[in-house]
Amino acid sequence: MKSKRPLKVLIAKAGLDGHERGALVVAMGLREAGLEVVYTGIRNTPEQIVASAIQENVDAIGLSSLSGGHMAQFQRVIEVLIQEKVKGVLVFAGGIIPDEDVKRLRKLGIKAVFGPGSSIASILAFLRKNLK
Amino acid sequence: MTEPQEKPGRFPFTRGIYPTMYRERLWTMRQYAGFGTAAETNRRYQYLLAHGQTGLSMAFDLPTQIGYDSDDPLALGEVGRVGVAISSLADMERVFKGIPLDQVSTSMTINATAPILLALYLVVANQQGVPWSKLNGTVQNDILKEYSARGTYIFPPTPSLRLVADIVEFCAKEVPGWNTISVGGYHMREAGCTAAQEIAFTLADGIAYVQTCIERGLAVDSFAPRIAFFFNCHSNFFEEVAKFRAARRLWAHILREKFGAKNERSMVLRFHTQTAGSTLTAQQPDNNIVRTTLEALAAVLGGTQSLHTNGKDEGSVIPTEESALLALRTQQIIAHESGVTTEPDPLGGSYHVESLTDRLEQQARDQLHKIDNLGGMLKAIESGYVRREIYRAASKHQQAVEAGEKIIVGVNEYVSDQPLKAKSQPVDPRLEPRRRRELAALRKKRNAGKVKQCLATLEKAANSSENLMPVLVDCVKSHVTLGEICRVLRTVFGEHRPSHSV
Repeated sequence: MKSKRPLKVLIAKAGLDGHERGALVVAMGLREAGLEVVYTGIRNTPEQIVASAIQENVDAIGLSSLSGGHMAQFQRVIEVLIQEKVKGVLVFAGGIIPDEDVKRLRKLGIKAVFGPGSSIASILAFLRKNLK
Repeated sequence: MTEPQEKPGRFPFTRGIYPTMYRERLWTMRQYAGFGTAAETNRRYQYLLAHGQTGLSMAFDLPTQIGYDSDDPLALGEVGRVGVAISSLADMERVFKGIPLDQVSTSMTINATAPILLALYLVVANQQGVPWSKLNGTVQNDILKEYSARGTYIFPPTPSLRLVADIVEFCAKEVPGWNTISVGGYHMREAGCTAAQEIAFTLADGIAYVQTCIERGLAVDSFAPRIAFFFNCHSNFFEEVAKFRAARRLWAHILREKFGAKNERSMVLRFHTQTAGSTLTAQQPDNNIVRTTLEALAAVLGGTQSLHTNGKDEGSVIPTEESALLALRTQQIIAHESGVTTEPDPLGGSYHVESLTDRLEQQARDQLHKIDNLGGMLKAIESGYVRREIYRAASKHQQAVEAGEKIIVGVNEYVSDQPLKAKSQPVDPRLEPRRRRELAALRKKRNAGKVKQCLATLEKAANSSENLMPVLVDCVKSHVTLGEICRVLRTVFGEHRPSHSV
């Protein structure tokens, strides 16, 4: 039963983007709130992100991008998750994501997108609500 | 009234690097720009020059910064996003078409691949008939902060430092007007460090470069005058003014006392400033114009040599032409209307600013001492110490904002319902396929034998200790691409694999 242990989240940087502040601040904030957090570091291919998610048996994946490469990268993460038959993992995202892309990402199955100014508290509430 | 003991233009240059500062010559207004294709970037440069900008500042996309051609599978989704895509000489020619290189100064934000981009610039100068001695500009060439904050490293620190020194040594002989390193604190501050840490980490990186070049056998006064700096200008007005003053004083002492510099130009800390992108908010974006104005004013009162003012949308997107122009106008209003340029260091002598300057200097000295105790900056970076310090400060800031201890107008106070509107970046979805076709055509058209020969020479040179710059100039002249060069260097030098723990 997943609910017996603390929620486990993978915070992942996709593509070549090196902006880590958001990803790390979220990772540290969630850890402080009692979640188990694995951080991938920068420059991961979608395949590497999914492999880490499987290996770490996480409940959720948080994808971060601030360089504009999110559509191509995040879409590929979702494709690989399906390919690898990963089920029941909540995917959310953060970074600089234009409004029109947020809609497209949600259609792909990314549950929420947290833009600049989002609080850790709101991310935490989202995770607790969706991972019962 | 008592006059401050320190004088503008005199050691240790706390009060500015020239006796008269802006009364004689204004700072260079240098707006960072570049996106999409070489042709689009060329158009934006022509536009900015036509509107009174006095220097170019070149932004590259991530594949270019990390050593991949636009057609590399790892470049997926990133081509032309955060800057212009440059893979070959043809791209560089297009960027500077109609821009005489002896009449502009060009600052390139490029680090791991700086030797290659500099080589490309030099070859374009050759083609325009401009001698290298007439070139003015800067390569950032500051690899150390990439490991701490910005993330566009390729090779491990040691071979990277060799490349840094190759540029310094080569330019001292061949391109004397070139600023060979722009030691940056900007990105570490954006990543979350404090003002005192920004001074300390930046100067610590600077110290590491000076040491590397001295170990190479260069005399400190032969290269130190060409090292420049790049700082952030954040929102805490007086603290920022004091930061620039403290940094100048500290660097002058370090160069004179630690490295025995004799030439005052080696001791002088010259710097570019950019207003803080991390203080811009997606909420109520017009507020960013006001934030940027205040930050720009602090940079000017702090004595900057050049300045980039952020567009109000620059935290989220490539600025529109309109917001880029407004940002430039902000500087022009400070320069020509506000009257702050008449006196050097106008805040000098203020009790508040002088004591803040002393305090920041002391805090930075303490931090530098800590780094020394860790075995120097290279060790401090490799052990993850610098990263941990930066992200701890970032996390503390976030907590303060969420607790309401720090007020960000429009974010945690004075919130209005005005919806966020981040517009998509103006990158054509056809760009990546087009780049793939262009590069395929280039690889077909060029002299394959010559390319092979260049890459073999490069590999041999990389394995030796010879300066790689002349070899790189030959490579790019023969249309060898940036990605091909980096593939060879990756094999020889290896790749940096950071530890991700925080």
